[in-house]
Amino acid sequence: MEASQFKSDQYVRFCPGCGDHAICMALQKAMAQIGIPTHQVAVISGIGCSSRMPHYLNTYGFNTIHGRGGAVATGVKTSHPELTVWQMSGDGDCLAIGGNHFIHEIRRNVDLNVCMFNNRIYGLTKGQYSPTSPKGFVSKSSPFGTVERPFVPGQLILGAGGTFFARTLDVDMPTTVDCLVAAQQHKGCSIVECLVNCVIFNNGTHAWIADREQRAEHSIILRHGEKMIFGKDNDKGLAVEIDPQTFVPKMIVVAADDPRVLTHDATQPDPTLHRLLALMGQQRFVSVDAEVTDELPVALGVIRNVEAETYDEAVNRQIAEVRDKAKAKNFDELTATLESWTI
Amino acid sequence: MKNIVVRFCGDSGDGIQLTGNLFSSLSAILGHEISTLPDFPAEIRAPQGTLGGVSGFQVELGSEVYTPGDKADVIVAMNAAALKVCTLGSHFNHPQAHFDEQFALYHRHAIVIVDTDSLSDKDLEKAQYHTPNPFEELGIPESVQIVPVALTTLTKEALKDSGMDNKSMLKSRNMFALGLICWLFDQPMDEAIHLLEDKFKKKPALVAPNTKVMVDGYNYGQNLALSIHQIRLDGKPNEAHGTYTSIAGNKATAWGLIAAAEKAGMHLFLGSYPITPATDIMHELAGRKDQNVMVVQAEDEIAGVCTAIGAAFAGDLACTSTSGPGLSLKSEAVGLAVMAELPLVIIDVQRGGPSTGLPTKTEQTDLLQALYGRNGECPAVVLAASTSANCFDYAYEACRLALENMTPVILLTDTYLANGTALWRIPKMAELPAIRPQSVPEELKGHFNPALRDERGVRYWAFPGMEGYEHRNIGLERDAEKGTISTNPENHEKMVRARQAKIAQVANRIPDLQVQGNAESDTLLVGWGSTEGHLHAAANQLGCALAQFNYILPLPRNTREVLSAYKRIIVCELNTGQFAAYLRAQFPDIPMTQYNEIQGQPFAVERIVNHVKSIAD
Repeated sequence: MEASQFKSDQYVRFCPGCGDHAICMALQKAMAQIGIPTHQVAVISGIGCSSRMPHYLNTYGFNTIHGRGGAVATGVKTSHPELTVWQMSGDGDCLAIGGNHFIHEIRRNVDLNVCMFNNRIYGLTKGQYSPTSPKGFVSKSSPFGTVERPFVPGQLILGAGGTFFARTLDVDMPTTVDCLVAAQQHKGCSIVECLVNCVIFNNGTHAWIADREQRAEHSIILRHGEKMIFGKDNDKGLAVEIDPQTFVPKMIVVAADDPRVLTHDATQPDPTLHRLLALMGQQRFVSVDAEVTDELPVALGVIRNVEAETYDEAVNRQIAEVRDKAKAKNFDELTATLESWTI
Repeated sequence: MKNIVVRFCGDSGDGIQLTGNLFSSLSAILGHEISTLPDFPAEIRAPQGTLGGVSGFQVELGSEVYTPGDKADVIVAMNAAALKVCTLGSHFNHPQAHFDEQFALYHRHAIVIVDTDSLSDKDLEKAQYHTPNPFEELGIPESVQIVPVALTTLTKEALKDSGMDNKSMLKSRNMFALGLICWLFDQPMDEAIHLLEDKFKKKPALVAPNTKVMVDGYNYGQNLALSIHQIRLDGKPNEAHGTYTSIAGNKATAWGLIAAAEKAGMHLFLGSYPITPATDIMHELAGRKDQNVMVVQAEDEIAGVCTAIGAAFAGDLACTSTSGPGLSLKSEAVGLAVMAELPLVIIDVQRGGPSTGLPTKTEQTDLLQALYGRNGECPAVVLAASTSANCFDYAYEACRLALENMTPVILLTDTYLANGTALWRIPKMAELPAIRPQSVPEELKGHFNPALRDERGVRYWAFPGMEGYEHRNIGLERDAEKGTISTNPENHEKMVRARQAKIAQVANRIPDLQVQGNAESDTLLVGWGSTEGHLHAAANQLGCALAQFNYILPLPRNTREVLSAYKRIIVCELNTGQFAAYLRAQFPDIPMTQYNEIQGQPFAVERIVNHVKSIAD
């Protein structure tokens, strides 16, 4: 299929220069590559800039209310597992007001593909801090800097028992398309954290990795089965070191030819290493004053990709099993089982 | 006697609800009409033998039964605390309170069967008696016939050869009481034994001991024959021919949804979160996978309604069940369903409010919330069931109206209907009214949008999976022609009016209001929802007319015609006058007075009758 088949007739109203434009195009490309017909696809969103996305995709779409996209999407997928269901959400929509639905869709492993647009700011309400803004961040609602600790989304997702977690960057189209396709191919709740720039209210929030000059040094694209190598000359690798006193493991940067360089296994059921990878480079987003003491790159690509039974599958399987053995399969048969008498 | 009211009461661990339900079912099987009122404390298990732990179950049986009865003719008190609560009613906590007919839960000429083994000094102390003679202390008049029965000793005696331990034996005390009551009403044991077998079919080891205790209780009645007489109920049931069962309101509601889904040829989806007193609807539906019912126990009330909205968007018959606090949480999402014009059934089993309020008590205080409790101009259809049995009909009707008119429908029931049981004539699928879910004409394929409406003003319904009808639905205002986002001022007014007109035309698809009682009277009682039984009985006693509303929004088309025919209108409600306010807003020229109670309890027929008489004088 062609990307153009997934474009709706609506004028795209993201601000000029907004990272959401790139994700929108990547979604159209990924959906074409996946090849599921437009009428079998439902795109559900909440409220926020990114939640406008369904309007620009020529599939079934539902732009619902703030924070509730995950619950609506759970209803769509569970009742109709034959559909491909996407959820579009932002760092406010799914980590603040919709936090409960977000952790529970992950816990239940509902077979959804969730794009979580993280620009570390509330854009549609014009510039308040979000649950991913670093502590001390100055915004309209925090003129003296925030006093809150932020979420690191990857940590929350893995903590909730996430089976799939990928991270991508608005300016890296190939990685974004790859992550979206992998999310669809994964059976279960697939979360893709899309790091996007808010050109109006939080310009340059991801500059550290978004700048073309710096990206190769400050990020690593993880590929399942490949060695964890990065750097503009591919001269660095990642390894794990365990502190001999505390037994706490941590990621370290070593030379690319060091025998300790790890090979990425996204399918490892134990999430310990995935968590370490997801946390790399996040220190600078924890606080505006954070002293970044390591040179760890931000992990992009598919960090975790494991299989587990999905909620929608389990619910429908149980109904089928009970129905298979049931004596009363319709209303008249059911009422016939009642203790009754005739007047 | 035509009918009689029995109240079982004891510790919440005494099996009072089970005993009451078994006796009620037995009475119904024997051809009596029944209406029941379970009355239990909010605590799961209060300390044994204390006043806070008293659980009650009241049933009226006989013919022309409209309510569970104002006051009991027969009381079974399983312990000292129960005796006190029944005697003093809501005044049980007042020091030095005495029997007062206004508050007592039984009549001046009632029979009070009491377990004398549960009146020890320790029992009396736990129930906060101050003297060793509870009957005297409570001031029970001599006209009340007290029947002392050593329930505990007799139960142990019955089971002495069973090899059971003391604790297990004591659990069967309620069966001795049941047997005794069966004797009192001359109800045959074989049918009761059959019911017990059915009740304990998953625990067959319990059948024999419980049967033994019950039969011994029955036989013990013979010994009592010198002191009390058996009571024979005459009069034939008033119901039409048919096959009957006894059903609680919540179960009837759940089954109404099941029947509607089958009739409409759709999957039934329930998204819900546990909340008293609505949870039994979810319990019932979760157990009905044999009927292809899907239940999502959501992470919260909001997710309950939102998963249902997702299922409706995807083409299912979608429902959510809750009580008042949950409806508050769901408000924004109900607004989304109004805006997205999706069929959705919202069941609100009302309880005492506001906030957590009185979770296990009954009230009609969510009416205005159901009508108006959302942001914006946000009309939805509002219905109210009026008996435990017709919860089935109105749940079915809620589904029909939602699916045919692409709108959320809020069905109001309440604790009284939800937990109470009544006789239900079991319908056949073939006799239930047709349900024709809104669809979409073939010619719209390729140029469908969610603003397109039929000649009634109801938008067409296309959902994911249907090729050529891809569209984007929204909670934002939409363009009346194109269905896309619009902030145009004239368009917004047009859409607000279109959504209102869609709800208003539902009046053409519902039955007219029927006047009950003496239509020729100049006095009309007006009620809505669960007060029908009490108001019907009161209207009969007063010789006046009754208009009981099940359709609240829109109102039946003949409402003005009915109301304007009466000189004196009294709107009776278990709130401070919500329906009266609503009616006055619709019919400002029609004078109405009101009668209200807000005590977390159903009306008492006697109080309504006294009120109407007092204003007539």
